[in-house]
Amino acid sequence: MKRILVGIKRVVDYNVRIRVKPDGSGVATDGVKMSINPFDEIALEEALRIKERGGAEEVLVATVGPADCQQQLRTALAMGADRALHVQADGVIEPLVVARALLKLIEREQPLLVIVGKQAIDDDNGQTGQALAALWNRPQATYASKLELSGTVARVTREVDAGLETLEVDLPAVISTDLRLNEPRYVKLPDIMKAKKKPLDTFTLEALGVTPRRQLKLVKFEPPPQRQKGIRVKDPAELVAALKKKGLL
Amino acid sequence: MSAKILIVAEHDGARLNASTAKCVSCARALEGAEIVVAVCAADAAAVAAQAAQLAGVSRVLTVENPANAHALAAVLAPQLVALAGPFTHVLGPSTTFGKDLMARVAGLLDVPQISDIMAIDGPSRFRRPIYAGNAILTVELAGEGKVVGTVRTASFEAAATGGSAPIEKATVNVELPTHTRFVSVSAAKTDRPDLQTARRVISGGRALGSAEGFKILYSLADKIGAAVGASRAAVDAGYAPNEMQVGQTGKIIAPELYMAVGISGAIQHLTGIKDARTIVAINKDSEAPIFEVADFGLVGDLFQIIPEIEKLV
Ligand SMILES: Cc1cc2nc3c(=O)[nH]c(=O)nc-3n(C[C@H](O)[C@H](O)[C@H](O)COP(=O)(O)OP(=O)(O)OC[C@H]3O[C@@H](n4cnc5c(N)ncnc54)[C@H](O)[C@@H]3O)c2cc1C
Ligand SMILES: Nc1ncnc2c1ncn2[C@@H]1O[C@H](COP(=O)(O)O)[C@@H](O)[C@H]1O
Repeated sequence: MKRILVGIKRVVDYNVRIRVKPDGSGVATDGVKMSINPFDEIALEEALRIKERGGAEEVLVATVGPADCQQQLRTALAMGADRALHVQADGVIEPLVVARALLKLIEREQPLLVIVGKQAIDDDNGQTGQALAALWNRPQATYASKLELSGTVARVTREVDAGLETLEVDLPAVISTDLRLNEPRYVKLPDIMKAKKKPLDTFTLEALGVTPRRQLKLVKFEPPPQRQKGIRVKDPAELVAALKKKGLL
Repeated sequence: MSAKILIVAEHDGARLNASTAKCVSCARALEGAEIVVAVCAADAAAVAAQAAQLAGVSRVLTVENPANAHALAAVLAPQLVALAGPFTHVLGPSTTFGKDLMARVAGLLDVPQISDIMAIDGPSRFRRPIYAGNAILTVELAGEGKVVGTVRTASFEAAATGGSAPIEKATVNVELPTHTRFVSVSAAKTDRPDLQTARRVISGGRALGSAEGFKILYSLADKIGAAVGASRAAVDAGYAPNEMQVGQTGKIIAPELYMAVGISGAIQHLTGIKDARTIVAINKDSEAPIFEVADFGLVGDLFQIIPEIEKLV
């Protein structure tokens, strides 16, 4: 069966104002709105569109994380994913551990394509897709803004610093999404009901044979330095004069 | 044990990208570190010569292969892994080139990566922004081994030139994959300064209304020698190409002067400009969040203000 596997991460919603805990031990997440990482919604949307065009038969969503993550998996099922895979893990899970867990799922499910987000907006690591492609020894096409499948290859347009780059990769491959790949659909109420009946399988890291290695110590979290509040100028002339005085014009 | 740092050069085949000189500055924060720059290219001579001039570099290694004509992470990564053996740190810039490549290198090496290093506090202690720059995290390696890192270029000045490091050819015996093929790259030709290194940047937001609307920014930019950037909303709407996007998911820049024109100041945009020396905001909404970070704020209609500024400079 032609499958697409989408990696999704539960993160603090992008609209939430982030506060560092006073003791520097982390970021306050109690009672804060959690969502699917925005790039992963785009990854899922792309997978669904490929399936709707007939390019795949099944869309799987997978997440590695604590029990709460099942909320986001249910949302993904409501968006249209066929099946969800939850790898249970608590605490900080480093990208290489996530990549190893996803690789185990890949070995079981043999997907044609794996789509992940280019970065999770909490840790901003931007590593998982590339690390997975490395461990799997398969191609990667990161920062995709366009994806076309034909037969055994994918043609991917990537948003790079210079502009747009197009690559051709053999399948299976790992694709990571950029914001302009698509606009994710909204979840409709009846779909939320339907999603409750869709299969959601759970695994433990141990059962998959993945060690939850911690290679990094999170020493402390600090708020960023604040910029000094500036002044209001009344018109362009005052602005230009002020900038000239500072040697900026 | 003193640090031995391998820096992966970013280049276009002819010119070394300024991001490499910033990686060198980052590496120099570790006193006594040996800094080696690797240039993977089809023909490395020109780029290697530029890398050899960077102050603090002790050696330049070139890896020449026709397969390196375009920077493909899947092709470059195994070559860097072959070079990485003796090094304690393998660094690349936090540009799309470096972010794409270094995490693949880390995966192959099976070592942790520190993304977006903004400061090195010791051989195994680093600071990096998380949550779109809303928190700064200090991380430490738990073990002894190697580490891969991407360097947040906006946090470092470019290393000076004037050095003359020896250049050595390295041979790497690795099989290179053919599963990833370069097709094309489209980059708008522009005579304006490069957005990532420009001293002055003028960015436009959704308020510009159209690609046509952006022309008033280009006109002012050309008069003062500035690069032009854009908010995500402006890029999404097609007013400006993607390479102009500034922010969390665009370019992170640190110009001396940043002018945000018709940009509201969403957190994801501000992430890209935190290190700008002076920020100017021009917005018709006096409550716009951009004014909270602006050194100079001017409330009004940009379509009147920008042409007036152009007349005054
Ligand atoms: C995961 C994620 C990543 C993102 N990454 C980025 C990123 O990298 N970069 C980025 O920029 N955004 C990013 N965004 C989007 C960001 O949240 C905002 O939506 C975006 O920055 C808004 O762009 P804007 O300020 O141009 O538009 P708006 O928020 O619509 O602001 C337009 C402003 O123009 C002003 N205005 C209107 N008319 C005039 C006039 N005639 N004269 C003067 N002022 C006028 C208005 O008062 C308003 O403040 C990201 C979002 C997400 C979810
Ligand atoms: N815990 C996780 N479970 C599933 N997928 C993940 C997880 N963490 C990261 N990913 C995927 O990898 C992408 C990049 O994440 P990161 O490397 O953490 O920035 C995300 O957008 C997800 O698609």
